[in-house]
Amino acid sequence: MPISCRTGCGRNAVLKRPKTGDALCKECFYWAFEAEIHYTITKGELFNRGDSVAIAASGGKDSTVLAHVLKTLNQRHDYGLNLMLLSIDEGITGYRDDSLETVKQNRDDYEMPLKILSYKDLYGWTMDEIVAQIGRKNNCTFCGVFRRQALDRGAALLNVKCIATGHNADDIAETVLMNVLRGDIARLKRCTAISTGSEGTIPRVKPLKYTYEKEIVMYAHYKKLVYFSTECVFAPNAYRGHARALLKDMEKIRPSCIMDIIYSGETMAVKEEVTLPTQGICVRCKFVSSQEVCKACVLLEGLNKGLPRLGVGKSSKAKKMLAEYNAKQEQEKGSLEQAIIDLDDSSNLIDDINQSNKVTKAKSCRSGSCKSNNKVSNGSTVNNDKCSSKECCTGKCKSNQGNDIDQGNSKINSLLEEYGINDAQKDIPNGNGHGSNVSKSNGEIVENSDEDGEVLFNDQDEENSCAGACGKMGSLQIGF
Amino acid sequence: MTDTLKLSIQFGGGAELLFDKIKKREVELPALKKYFPESLKEKWAIRELLVWIKDNLLKERPELFLQGDSVRPGILVLINDADWELFGELDYELQANDTIMFISTLHGG
Ligand SMILES: [Zn+2]
Ligand SMILES: [Zn+2]
Repeated sequence: MPISCRTGCGRNAVLKRPKTGDALCKECFYWAFEAEIHYTITKGELFNRGDSVAIAASGGKDSTVLAHVLKTLNQRHDYGLNLMLLSIDEGITGYRDDSLETVKQNRDDYEMPLKILSYKDLYGWTMDEIVAQIGRKNNCTFCGVFRRQALDRGAALLNVKCIATGHNADDIAETVLMNVLRGDIARLKRCTAISTGSEGTIPRVKPLKYTYEKEIVMYAHYKKLVYFSTECVFAPNAYRGHARALLKDMEKIRPSCIMDIIYSGETMAVKEEVTLPTQGICVRCKFVSSQEVCKACVLLEGLNKGLPRLGVGKSSKAKKMLAEYNAKQEQEKGSLEQAIIDLDDSSNLIDDINQSNKVTKAKSCRSGSCKSNNKVSNGSTVNNDKCSSKECCTGKCKSNQGNDIDQGNSKINSLLEEYGINDAQKDIPNGNGHGSNVSKSNGEIVENSDEDGEVLFNDQDEENSCAGACGKMGSLQIGF
Repeated sequence: MTDTLKLSIQFGGGAELLFDKIKKREVELPALKKYFPESLKEKWAIRELLVWIKDNLLKERPELFLQGDSVRPGILVLINDADWELFGELDYELQANDTIMFISTLHGG
């Protein structure tokens, strides 16, 4: 007793559309699916004729379908776009190296040029190395922050007009819900924007903003598109996982809730005084940042100094500390090492920073009792605190802080050289042996910064979080 | 009703990761009354199939695949390559040689 296609085309239906409840055959489904994305693109004026567009490609279902559909629509409707693929290699063994093979398949299938940028080349660290350093607890922060900036850098290298990301309707609804759950009104205000990026930055656009995840997967299945799916090998984000599970449960009962949540996010009135941080340029790397030193540089600094928790979570002190650090550089450019040593010695300050890590978002504790709470909940940082002064790591210390600092200093020197404060732009060297060797471009890059590590990477960047999988797997592993 | 029921069971989109990474299996179900002596029904439906899968194929973290008496929301079910929502979902009565496919939308990439 097959059901016939709602359009009256005479064929049997193969799926029930979650958005409309219509039963459609394959052909009519393809048509509706592609036509809606075309409508989203034209109505939102996402592209202009002649634009070069980088598709942020992870090898996963969303970006694979995005690449396929953009290629199709570009031909069908003569958008006149120059499409290319941009991938980030985080350096996660067994995870990204596999998915990059899928991206290469996309490149061949869709005949688009592919640019792969690695964390190792950009930052001098692979995610494997970062995790070895900091454990699995906060690695998503690193992954997310580095990832966002890496995409910006890649877009600058490719000289594209915008970056198209694979965020789908379920992702956007989840982000709206997350921002409500966190009371993050500033991000709530903009997280539904189909195109983000202000004057002078490279915008991110989301052609799949109104496309249901179910339809993306069904489309990929029927079209036999090859995509990569996996559990991210690193730790998930529990809170997001719960939000995602909740949303999926509600969607099962009432599929239109996804569109309804997006609509709520789009139309919700936000008080005027809620504003996003104004964007400037990071004094270190010259990429756009809402703070003097961008989140990526703070995290990198921590890694290279063997204080990997620096900058994980919100810390105005970390900001201040690095601002001082930079001021010092300005004054005495010759003695960077001294500045680093000074930082190492300010272990009290570092204690404070580590303790305040747990107080995400709050500018200052309101309860007054939080300090002791932090100490309790923050056991993992105690070792770091002890090791932050050089006296400690004489070999007995578990964490090989001494080595890290040595290594860190050489890395930081090359880093600072690379990011020399007033350096004119260099051409892009490719693999000169040092870690960070892709030079910045002139700041026409967006960084959707960045208050607390937990929050910041969830909404705007491609694939939601750690290498694109963590947030989603979070729901699988924890959201139950 | 002592006949067995042959089916093709498939997993995709990452769901296979919960099933020893095997994407396609040919299975043979015993008569329903044999497997569920208490059952009042004669024929296998998806509802009973899920229990059988849990008992026989699902090796780890069943909560990532099942929720209540159904699949976890976000796992798509295809009956002979069509959306199970068109065929009564859990109540669909399995026919010999049906292909039942489970595709995860929950896995990242
Ligand atoms: Zn039709
Ligand atoms: Zn920076």
